[in-house]
Amino acid sequence: MSMLDSIRQTMRRDEVFPFMAPKVSELLDVSHGPILYLEDLNVSFDGFKAINDLNLYIDAGELRCIIGPNGAGKTTMMDIITGKTQPDSGQAWFGQTIDLLRMTEPEIATAGIGRKFQKPTVFEYHSVYENLELAMHGDKGVWHSLIAHMNGEQRALLDETLETIGLKEQAQQTAGALSHGQKQWLEIGMLLVQNPHLLLVDEPVAGMTHQEMDRTGELLTSLAGKHSVVVVEHDMDFVRSIANKVTVLHQGSVLAEGTMDEVQNNQRVIEVYLGE
Amino acid sequence: MILFRFFSNLLKDDRGGQAVLLILFLMTILVPVLNLWVPADHPLHMPTYLVTLMGKYLTYALLAVSVDLVWGYLGILSLGHGAFFALGGYAMGMYLMRQIGDRGVYGNPDLPDFMVFLNWKELPWFWQGFDMSWFAFMMVALAPGLLAFVFGWLAFRSRVTGVYLSIITQALTYALMLAFFRNEMGFGGNNGLTDFKEILGFNLQADSTRIGLFIASAIALAVGYLACRYIVLSKLGRIVVAIRDEESRARFLGYKVERYKVWIFTFSAILAGIAGALYVPQVGIINPGEFSPLNSIELVIWVAIGGRATLYGAVVGAILVNYAKTVFTGAMPDSWLFALGALFVLVTLYLPQGLAGIMRHFRKAEAS
Ligand SMILES: Nc1ncnc2c1ncn2[C@@H]1O[C@H](COP(=O)(O)OP(=O)(O)O)[C@@H](O)[C@H]1O
Ligand SMILES: [Mg+2]
Repeated sequence: MSMLDSIRQTMRRDEVFPFMAPKVSELLDVSHGPILYLEDLNVSFDGFKAINDLNLYIDAGELRCIIGPNGAGKTTMMDIITGKTQPDSGQAWFGQTIDLLRMTEPEIATAGIGRKFQKPTVFEYHSVYENLELAMHGDKGVWHSLIAHMNGEQRALLDETLETIGLKEQAQQTAGALSHGQKQWLEIGMLLVQNPHLLLVDEPVAGMTHQEMDRTGELLTSLAGKHSVVVVEHDMDFVRSIANKVTVLHQGSVLAEGTMDEVQNNQRVIEVYLGE
Repeated sequence: MILFRFFSNLLKDDRGGQAVLLILFLMTILVPVLNLWVPADHPLHMPTYLVTLMGKYLTYALLAVSVDLVWGYLGILSLGHGAFFALGGYAMGMYLMRQIGDRGVYGNPDLPDFMVFLNWKELPWFWQGFDMSWFAFMMVALAPGLLAFVFGWLAFRSRVTGVYLSIITQALTYALMLAFFRNEMGFGGNNGLTDFKEILGFNLQADSTRIGLFIASAIALAVGYLACRYIVLSKLGRIVVAIRDEESRARFLGYKVERYKVWIFTFSAILAGIAGALYVPQVGIINPGEFSPLNSIELVIWVAIGGRATLYGAVVGAILVNYAKTVFTGAMPDSWLFALGALFVLVTLYLPQGLAGIMRHFRKAEAS
């Protein structure tokens, strides 16, 4: 009897076998507002709690700045979102339907989360143009890559991006020969051509001159609205110039959240960070 | 015409590759003429042993190209590629064994000599089908390809990289060597497979067959070279180098790095298998010694000496080192390994880009 039941259960046509169900929903659902939900996250490295009960929500189209002293866990947070680090506990959702903790790095990237690393990482032996080509949105499968050529729309986006990041002249130069600031820009360009819904930008203006910083700020603000952008930065002037909402991270959890002025006048923030 | 455009595009910026393919082409014309049509007493006559020796070098060159693809471009230092070469060789050897038929020492029409000797009564299941050339030639690609796929899938999915990966590839070929040494495995044990008579109905001792095998090796090398060149120039090639240089960055761009590694590794193993299959009828034997870890290390040294990530450097390295080996082992048999080791150290210290690096240097000097 019970066996018959289980056979019936297995043969039911009105639902998909669990192992055949798609692991994640392909569709990003932001109808409730936030595009990113981080809830009760915990990560420890050899007993040291790098992320401690972290709760953070990013709204669709928002530009959010995250500040916090060195070692606050900002980079680790990005590692969790992009699938590089598995948290010990907690939840991370991209929109309402996409469970980030069950996905690999490439799956997360394909779902629409792009990342710029703290230390600029570009492909040093490839030309600037090729770096952008590699980052370009589209089919990332092995067989497709054997015959892949960029279509008109992609080429146009690539040219436009070269213009935006000011590397048109250097397009055929190897990326390894670029200056530090130029590499930062190239990496931002690589983010742009991916066409992600959510951009995670770790310390974008490190090593840039003031002019370059201003341009980066303009670029990031212009992205908000169409994309959601999370910027981690140390440079307070830069943060002030772009952010309307700031989150302060301290010892792996959120210490304060609000406008730059609110945050700067927050007593606890002054104690641990700005007061230094 | 379209085909010609396609090939010339592949070799456009590859002066070394142009030279390699041109020489191959000239040799496939010259060698048959010098061997078959120039009379034996003429000073220009090319003796058959030389034809076979050169054919053997060409299979080594193809093997080196396959290693260069995974090491030079993908950054995986495989120290077990000799295993794929040997597997392709064994597949061919099994076919050649079945072609002997009842002309073996024991005159048994159904079983190879070594099985009669071991008192086996019937052909093991894994020998079935090897009397048919199409099946055997398919296994030449399938056996090494399948092993590489399964091995790669397990290793790359667990994100084994660097030295650890190199060590397990060594372990792989070592384990296979021990297994093939055993008589019970059914591959002729210690002695391997030998005493071949015919291939596709042609007498293996005949000069014309030797020439045929030489030409087949040249064609295999040319096609293998062009295939690798196509991969390297496609977007796949750029992704592969990106994985070599910044693996995790490639992941964050959405590339499933493991799959790229598995497919390139498998393709490379198939090339190595084909090289092995062409090697065996020319040298007339395949035995477990071909799985020796030392072989796999040697062929990495060919590539290092020729120059990594150039493809043509691998061809040059394989042929020059093996020529040196032939000369050396004739003159001072015991000192070859020391000479090879010394060569490797010298190249690593003074010519990190191998012989291809010298060429590049001269070209730059010429340009400026
Ligand atoms: N892989 C790791 N192993 C051990 N400790 C780590 C690792 N990654 C980060 N940490 C530690 O976690 C803390 C948070 O680091 P991080 O997220 O890089 O800080 P932030 O980016 O805010 O400066 C630091 O104390 C750092 O040393
Ligand atoms: Mg950091």
